[in-house]
Amino acid sequence: MAGAGGGNDIQWCFSQVKGAVDDDVAEADIISTVEFNHSGELLATGDKGGRVVIFQQEQENKTQAHSRGEYNVYSTFQSHEPEFDYLKSLEIEEKINKIRWLPQKNAAQFLLSTNDKTIKLWKISERDKRPEGYNLKEEDGRYRDPTTVTTLRVPVFRPMDLMVEASPRRIFANAHTYHINSISINSDYETYLSADDLRINLWHLEITDRSFNIVDIKPANMEELTEVITAAEFHPNSCNTFVYSSSKGTIRLCDMRASALCDRHSKLFEEPEDPSNRSFFSEIISSISDVKFSHSGRYMMTRDYLSVKIWDLNMENRPVETYQVHEYLRSKLCSLYENDCIFDKFECCWNGSDSVVMTGSYNNFFRMFDRNTKRDITLEASRENNKPRTVLKPRKVCASGKRKKDEISVDSLDFNKKILHTAWHPKENIIAVATTNNLYIFQDKMN
Amino acid sequence: MGEEEGLRQAQLLDTMFVRGLKRKCFDGEEDIEGTLAGFKAIPSYNLQRQSLLDMSLVKLQLCHMLVEPNLCRSVLIANTVRQIQEEMTQDGTWQMINTQNAGHASLDRLVSTDILCRSSREQTEAKHSPGYSTFPKDFEETQSQDSSEIMSAVSSGQAPRNLQSNMWEMESPQENRGNFQKSLDQIFETLENKSPNSVEDLFSEVDSSYYDLDTMLTGMMSNTKMGHCDVLETFPSQTTTNSNSNCKSDLNELDHIVEILVES
Repeated sequence: MAGAGGGNDIQWCFSQVKGAVDDDVAEADIISTVEFNHSGELLATGDKGGRVVIFQQEQENKTQAHSRGEYNVYSTFQSHEPEFDYLKSLEIEEKINKIRWLPQKNAAQFLLSTNDKTIKLWKISERDKRPEGYNLKEEDGRYRDPTTVTTLRVPVFRPMDLMVEASPRRIFANAHTYHINSISINSDYETYLSADDLRINLWHLEITDRSFNIVDIKPANMEELTEVITAAEFHPNSCNTFVYSSSKGTIRLCDMRASALCDRHSKLFEEPEDPSNRSFFSEIISSISDVKFSHSGRYMMTRDYLSVKIWDLNMENRPVETYQVHEYLRSKLCSLYENDCIFDKFECCWNGSDSVVMTGSYNNFFRMFDRNTKRDITLEASRENNKPRTVLKPRKVCASGKRKKDEISVDSLDFNKKILHTAWHPKENIIAVATTNNLYIFQDKMN
Repeated sequence: MGEEEGLRQAQLLDTMFVRGLKRKCFDGEEDIEGTLAGFKAIPSYNLQRQSLLDMSLVKLQLCHMLVEPNLCRSVLIANTVRQIQEEMTQDGTWQMINTQNAGHASLDRLVSTDILCRSSREQTEAKHSPGYSTFPKDFEETQSQDSSEIMSAVSSGQAPRNLQSNMWEMESPQENRGNFQKSLDQIFETLENKSPNSVEDLFSEVDSSYYDLDTMLTGMMSNTKMGHCDVLETFPSQTTTNSNSNCKSDLNELDHIVEILVES
């Protein structure tokens, strides 16, 4: 990590920032999800207004060996529209909760995007040629009288300006009573799961009128509800295995071969509570906001309010690694409960080699933890470090006592500037970090 | 105004009383005096817990008002309420609060809940010496007087009504106030139940609970969603002029109605 010394440490540099410069954020522009595709060439973002924006990395310029290609807008489309549920008299938000890419099988790209209720499969395809030379129409576009056509002319494809089209290929609707929080594509690339607060459904990508319910934790009597599902993901290699996390800090691993309804978990991951740290807020801060398998499939990472935990799938009783994201907030839980920040759902991600994990925090800070060196770093996404290839300066929060120069005290943190969504390029050291309405791209300094 | 200010206020609450709190036994006079002053500034654990309970109830009410309540958040808050209720039942303080119907302490009495943020080990130490038993006998009288004053203030019938009446005064017509009182009572009644899971009614189909508050909401729905911080901000100013502003809003309404009648 930058500043920590050592030859292998990465130095992160500013690369690009996307989005409006205004401090006045339009609500529709709030970024709600960020995801690289499997090759890392494409980067998708979803926002509160239901739009998806896809950026494409430029082909590397051989003459500029010291920097990787920039990401430029490739396609923008309206994925979801606001709807109204007439039965409940409630609006259904168009906010995109998650985007997941399918691996590329042909020239077109496919992704799943979801709001609270409906999942859509989008096809993004390029068009850079168009047929020309028809002799069937007049100059003004009207069809010629067929009797005037005396020759057979075969149209020829000629190049045109690149056009990227997005079209909805499947719409998976009406399967969720509660709000969808996760979608995850199976390693068979044929099925995927969608999870809401109380249920998880299994879909086939080709079939939209049916889905199988594989987890249901809704109690017969809603008055007994004390726990909800917060995230779910398929195992990257085993197509029969998935996990889901709960608001009580547990993770359940399920095997779909065991039974049709996976209400009985195969494994239950839970760390026993530290009795000395118990408070009225213990449960809330133990609620897991994100769960991600490592690329290898051997580990999984969970994010709760104050920490990131790495679990070995073979050990259920405690995580193998725990990293404190912002422990200085522990004494501020009352305030954070009062202003609802304690309910913020932070995501987390792995780097391509599973050696470093990253997650966001407040004040537009984000944190990285190197699992090998055990070093961590705090960086800030801000327009102040705007020059490309400027190395980011590590940040430090002063919990109490004397504040050193360049440190920031807990009380001056801006809790409205939160980084909830981050993504790491699957192969390179390129990261995408979303602040409220801006997308920052950082990469490592190449010498 | 609004969220930022509310946050700063709450942050102040977090730090305001931290310095004064001492849990060790005291030996010198110096220390005792210091801690006497410190004790006066620190609300008791019970008071803080009550404050957290009130805050949670407010949050639950408010989340019924938003477009579609976030189920995870509602469940977590309800679980917190349940925890507090269980602890209070064990303590025996639940009975006392109940009889005086004092669950609705006004929000200007929302005190620092920093004790609640601390680890349970420290809390046990604090609870066993509920603020005054660590002091030498001479001071016990004064201390117990203080604490009972605080407790009675919390449980007095005077303070409680402020919460709901202030919240809706500015925005809704008089009948809605009555309805809100009623629904807050409903929530509170569920907590009074002796059954272990007393907060369930809140979740008996989110839909129907939404409709239960429907009449109350008709007044509110036309107004923009007030962030709960905004709502909390309005409290301190209302407590003293409670009855006056009641009359004022009534008069304004009457004027308004007369206006309409006259025009037609």
